[in-house]
Amino acid sequence: MGQFKMPSLGADMESGTLTRWLVGPGDQVHRGDVVAVVDTEKSTLEVEVFETGVVDRLLVAEGAEVPVGTPLAVIGAAVGGPVPPAPPAPAPPAPAAAAPAPPAAAPPAPAAAGVAIGPAIPTSTRPALVASPMVRRLAGRLGVDLALVRGSAPGGRITRHDVEAAAGRPPGAPARPFIRSSPRARRLAAERGLDLAAVAGTGPGGAVTVLDVECAGPAAPPPAPAVPAGTGPAVAATQLTGAASQMTGATTRTTGAAPAAGPVEDRQAAMRRAIGALMARSKREVPHYYLSTTADMGPAADWLTRTNLDRPVASRLIMPALLLKAVARAVATVPEMNGSMVDGSFVPAPAVHLGVAISLRGGGLIAPAIHDADRLALGDLMGALRDLVSRARAGRLRSSEMSDPTITVTNLGDLGVESVFGVIYPPQVALVGFGRVAERPWAENGMLGVRPCTTVTLSADHRASDGHRGGLFLTQIAELLRKPEEL
Amino acid sequence: MTRDDAMDLVRSVMREVAPEADLGAVGRDETLQEALDMDSIDFLNFVIGLHDRTGLEIPERDYPQLATLDGCIDYLSSRT
Repeated sequence: MGQFKMPSLGADMESGTLTRWLVGPGDQVHRGDVVAVVDTEKSTLEVEVFETGVVDRLLVAEGAEVPVGTPLAVIGAAVGGPVPPAPPAPAPPAPAAAAPAPPAAAPPAPAAAGVAIGPAIPTSTRPALVASPMVRRLAGRLGVDLALVRGSAPGGRITRHDVEAAAGRPPGAPARPFIRSSPRARRLAAERGLDLAAVAGTGPGGAVTVLDVECAGPAAPPPAPAVPAGTGPAVAATQLTGAASQMTGATTRTTGAAPAAGPVEDRQAAMRRAIGALMARSKREVPHYYLSTTADMGPAADWLTRTNLDRPVASRLIMPALLLKAVARAVATVPEMNGSMVDGSFVPAPAVHLGVAISLRGGGLIAPAIHDADRLALGDLMGALRDLVSRARAGRLRSSEMSDPTITVTNLGDLGVESVFGVIYPPQVALVGFGRVAERPWAENGMLGVRPCTTVTLSADHRASDGHRGGLFLTQIAELLRKPEEL
Repeated sequence: MTRDDAMDLVRSVMREVAPEADLGAVGRDETLQEALDMDSIDFLNFVIGLHDRTGLEIPERDYPQLATLDGCIDYLSSRT
């Protein structure tokens, strides 16, 4: 029996709002499953569970804001260890099979009283599918084999709609479907009394953006007369009232006495405060030292041009992928750049989870991690970067990405900045900055030439390292960038 | 593709790539990346979006031709 708690998703997080449960009592969950959606001051995150078992009960209602560490749910032990394989082809359940499944399907569950997961996919044959427990439960109910379903969400994740489509059933029929949306879009929709389900999303992965909500216009007048399904806006209007009041309810609960100020401004102000608090703490507590060097980017630029000639548009590489890879690899030479300060002493990290500072449209920034960046092939790193940026901007980051970066990179080069000396994200101990890649005079072997160059900077924590090691680290990054074919 | 179709295409791809960006406020000869605060990933996603809709390969050496709205429209309308 374990507790699933509100995780700390970054050193600047004090509390979070549980906006949605993706599981309910009786659901089987596996380590790494996304089980809830949490709003922090900075973003919306998909929160993963860290144990395998059965959800016994939920302790916190949707819409509640609770401090970090608050128990959110009780997770019972997995049902009698490995679940015995179910009969190979479970008959599709009767239409009304949403009720508890026949107890015979599983041995008596100690904790989850009588609520076994229906004709679920046998654990032993369960392939490594990317689907939330809610989706798996739905698949079980509808008799859909998830292994045969193609996930439409980023990372090939299988959504509720994919399952419903596979079951040959009109999507979005019962319950509230989970709508991809940015936090700002959600607030705006709530403010305007719009049902997000009724807004066509044009963002990454079909996410509903602020613009979509704005384009959807003001809340429609009272329910229109019945309209045949599938005619879009009119259908939406009939669904509107109920969902809208639900959303407004949640918002009011969340923010307490909601001030008259627009939710978008609230969000901006909250993010500014969160960033300010963390950076002030960093500047107060972390003894920074700063170094910079100029890296010859000629070889990397040439290599990139040659490589991209043969690559189709969607798999082309861009310079930031090379920069990230070089930093991740350089950590092997100077491991004291990669890790965290715990109670005043440096604890090196066993893996390189590279934080990437991503600016959000409309202001603010967030620095989620690309996991094991040193071991990803460049193409995979590029894919991970694109995925991370689009999810960061759509408000679909995962909790582990926020909680465990071990070193961070900021690249302001795209904006034309020449160099950036960043502020370290506690409890990390180093931050690498890249400026613009631009042609500069370059002297080598007594010859003067013109080459594309960039300024690489390091902000590091003096408690973990000193300038000599920091210098070695920067030199190593520059060296790695001179041999892009080996990255 | 007519110039109007090309403009519509650019507008719709841009809405996916940079939903908050206001294309209406951008002059036809302004640099898109600067005017809309797009980073290199945004620009790559923009090119991928154009490729997905048109099937054009759009090699990297053509990127400079896509720098402005006018450039995009010339490029797309002359090739599709």
